[in-house]
Amino acid sequence: MAMLRPLGTREQGMDLVLEEVERELLMSLTAQLIDFVASEPAEAEDPLVALVGIDPDAAPSEDPALHRLLPDAFRDDEQASLEFRRFTERDLRDAKVRNAETVRAALERDGLVIHLEGERIPAWLGFLNDTRLVLGARLDITEDNQDELADLDDDDPRAALYGLYGWLTYLQETLVQALMA
Amino acid sequence: MSVAPAEVTRPEVVEQVENPWITIVWNDPVNLMSYVTYVFMEYFRYPREKAERLMMDVHEKGRAVVSSGTREAMERDVTAMHGYGLWATLQKDD
Repeated sequence: MAMLRPLGTREQGMDLVLEEVERELLMSLTAQLIDFVASEPAEAEDPLVALVGIDPDAAPSEDPALHRLLPDAFRDDEQASLEFRRFTERDLRDAKVRNAETVRAALERDGLVIHLEGERIPAWLGFLNDTRLVLGARLDITEDNQDELADLDDDDPRAALYGLYGWLTYLQETLVQALMA
Repeated sequence: MSVAPAEVTRPEVVEQVENPWITIVWNDPVNLMSYVTYVFMEYFRYPREKAERLMMDVHEKGRAVVSSGTREAMERDVTAMHGYGLWATLQKDD
């Protein structure tokens, strides 16, 4: 099981010690999240429009997991939400991709003892959170059904996903607790 | 070639001061209480006590107003919250 070793001061950061199977799992999850959230290059895109990050085709996703990662910015105003999305969604997608790329680079460079400090920390927290949000949407997690999910039979396909969700929760919680200590 | 207007009037600035906008963070079943507190401390630079109180409001009341100001500032805050994975919206403070 992954273990966290704080290294004294906050500036010194901490070491996350992984098992090989955990490292491979995280590598695979970074690739999946990047595939899932990366912007599709628009056809015949106006290079100026792309440069300033505006996406005229942006629309709320019908996939609840993607919609949770890229939510509406206005609660009761579809038009304002859509306009906001056109101006911000591409940057938001790019930021989430960059987090996952930072995690992947750390896994590639550091092997099984991941040194977490500086910019790596928000990237890891953001990546772990986004991945948990996707799993939460896939499992339809609510405040009330987590006992039920924890009691699923092993042959239920959701059991493995919930196990993965629990492991990512443990990683994120351990990391946050170490930062707040 | 364009000519700059002689005088730029910005009446909307006055309106924004009188009717500030707010950023609301909503409860969701996935985000960790510790992480939400961390985000409020990290992004807004709120002291731990305030960050924890806002987090508890989100958790128990379902929502909390986490910042207020101009529409542009609230758009930045909402974008940042979405970057962290929190569920946030902005609206005019009625």
